[in-house]
Amino acid sequence: MILDKKVLKEQKRRSIIRRIKRDKWLYVLMIPGILMTLVFKYFPMYGAIIAFKNYNPMLGILKSPWVGFEHFKEFIFSPNFSVLLENTLKISIYGLILGFLPPILLALSLNQILNKKIKQKIQLILYAPNFISVVVIVGMLFLFLSANGPINGLVEKLTGESIMFMSNPTYFRTIYILSGIWQGMGWASILYTATLAGVSTDLYEAANIDGANILQKIIHIDLPALKPVMVINFILAAGNIMNVGHEKAFLMQTSMNIPTSEIISTYVYKIGLQSGNYAYSAAVGLFNMVINVVLLLFVNSITKKLNDGQGL
Amino acid sequence: MNMEMYSKFDKRMLWVNRIIVLFLVLITIVPLLYVVIASFMDPTTLINKGISLNPADWTVQGYKRVFADGAIIRGFINSLLYSFSFSLLTVFVTMITAYPLSRSDLYGRGAIMTFFVITMFVGGGLIPTYLLIRDLGMLDTIWAIILPGALNVWNIIIARTYFSALPRELSEAATIDGANEIQILFKVMLPLAKPIMFVLFLYAFVGQWNAYFDAMIYLKSPDLQPLQLVLRNILIQNQPSQDMVGANTAMAEMKQLAELIKYSTIVISSLPLIVMYPFFQKYFDKGVLVGSIKG
Repeated sequence: MILDKKVLKEQKRRSIIRRIKRDKWLYVLMIPGILMTLVFKYFPMYGAIIAFKNYNPMLGILKSPWVGFEHFKEFIFSPNFSVLLENTLKISIYGLILGFLPPILLALSLNQILNKKIKQKIQLILYAPNFISVVVIVGMLFLFLSANGPINGLVEKLTGESIMFMSNPTYFRTIYILSGIWQGMGWASILYTATLAGVSTDLYEAANIDGANILQKIIHIDLPALKPVMVINFILAAGNIMNVGHEKAFLMQTSMNIPTSEIISTYVYKIGLQSGNYAYSAAVGLFNMVINVVLLLFVNSITKKLNDGQGL
Repeated sequence: MNMEMYSKFDKRMLWVNRIIVLFLVLITIVPLLYVVIASFMDPTTLINKGISLNPADWTVQGYKRVFADGAIIRGFINSLLYSFSFSLLTVFVTMITAYPLSRSDLYGRGAIMTFFVITMFVGGGLIPTYLLIRDLGMLDTIWAIILPGALNVWNIIIARTYFSALPRELSEAATIDGANEIQILFKVMLPLAKPIMFVLFLYAFVGQWNAYFDAMIYLKSPDLQPLQLVLRNILIQNQPSQDMVGANTAMAEMKQLAELIKYSTIVISSLPLIVMYPFFQKYFDKGVLVGSIKG
């Protein structure tokens, strides 16, 4: 018996070696990709230990003295902390809630348009903003919302006064989220549109025979078909809650709207790369990422329970 | 479906729906059209009256000013260079990494895939990545722009799914003919994978063309700035160069010109994508759809 096991093990080992030898070129092909991932993705993860050190450029990351959770404590007890956390959470939670439904409604709407050519042209137009760069989007916001821009032209006619949209902290979130929906709604609807295109026509025919109207068909056929995609999109979006697109927030920041526009990721950039406070900034970044991963796992496990074991 | 199958209620619903869609199309297209029209306006009219459809108020002055500026043209060329090399590299690395992973009998495939997928959820963050690029001596070089992001796990998943769908018999037949795996990939598989390579190339190109953040932190010298950074100076930091506005222009006139120049710059910078876009729309869709099928 013992001999048999040994023989079996030996055979297995040989067959693995044979497979590796047979596929040696396949492994060679993966070397550049693996190296790039190690260097540019895994090495920075290791570099993140800088967050636990008192970084001294002369000594380098490795030799700088450890300080444990000092930087984290400093951040959490700093007066900035609550404002940054509030700004980050508010902008992303509002964005998640307000941005989640429009693409779904758009897909349902487009699904009712039966003329294929017209539908394609509409999609062509609605997807276009997705290809405009953040810099141009924010540039357009500044132009349209400036004192002599077209929006204020209207506002002035109605109220007699112009509003300084971009420098007023009250409007930052609204502008950020609405422009995001404007830009991303069409593109985000592709997946839903494709899912609806895959729904069997038999279902609609059966519903027609039963005398269902359009709303009933949407509720009983379309929405259940969309549910799996909705769940996955929601989990991914919720898991990204702390990752507000810093590129856009950063561009939209003016010295006046800082009270609402400063979020954790723009703060990391400022204290790290602009003020050179690497270790503290890395700690803030790490704090952000850990919360994100925890959120993703948490939302995923909750959805799994609510959704009969279906998560990511 | 037959029109007669709709009830009165349904017909009304369809009309409401058409109005909603029309509204969405309008709010999408009107701002874009506004920018294009404004870019052709006479600066004084633009500031005082807004856009007008009267040809007498039109001029190409804004475009002349923009092209008089060296920074825009240099940024344009830099962006072309970065986007093109980044996309080529992305497609190449993605293909050679995804092909082995598409082979279900590859030993250690799951472990290697996990190695890649982990990087989708955790990372080192901005500062450690910056310090790495700095220590590698890549600051102020094109490498900082094209190397770190070239391998993207999402792309690998897309390409792997595509390869898995190709018939296994093809590579078996090539093996019998004496080809090794590298020959199979380049002579048999890649020609078949042209559509997906095209999709990945377009995605990478658009992404790099529109990116500014990496260039902002890694490239210091003005000669290396991509178009988006030049745009940021003009559009957001309100610093159109002297070449554009002209050295001895009055303050008020300068302000008007600056406004006009902004509209023209937006149009010029978006032109390559706007021209490409309608031709490539179906490929963009394809990329999203293939990417959504998780293997």
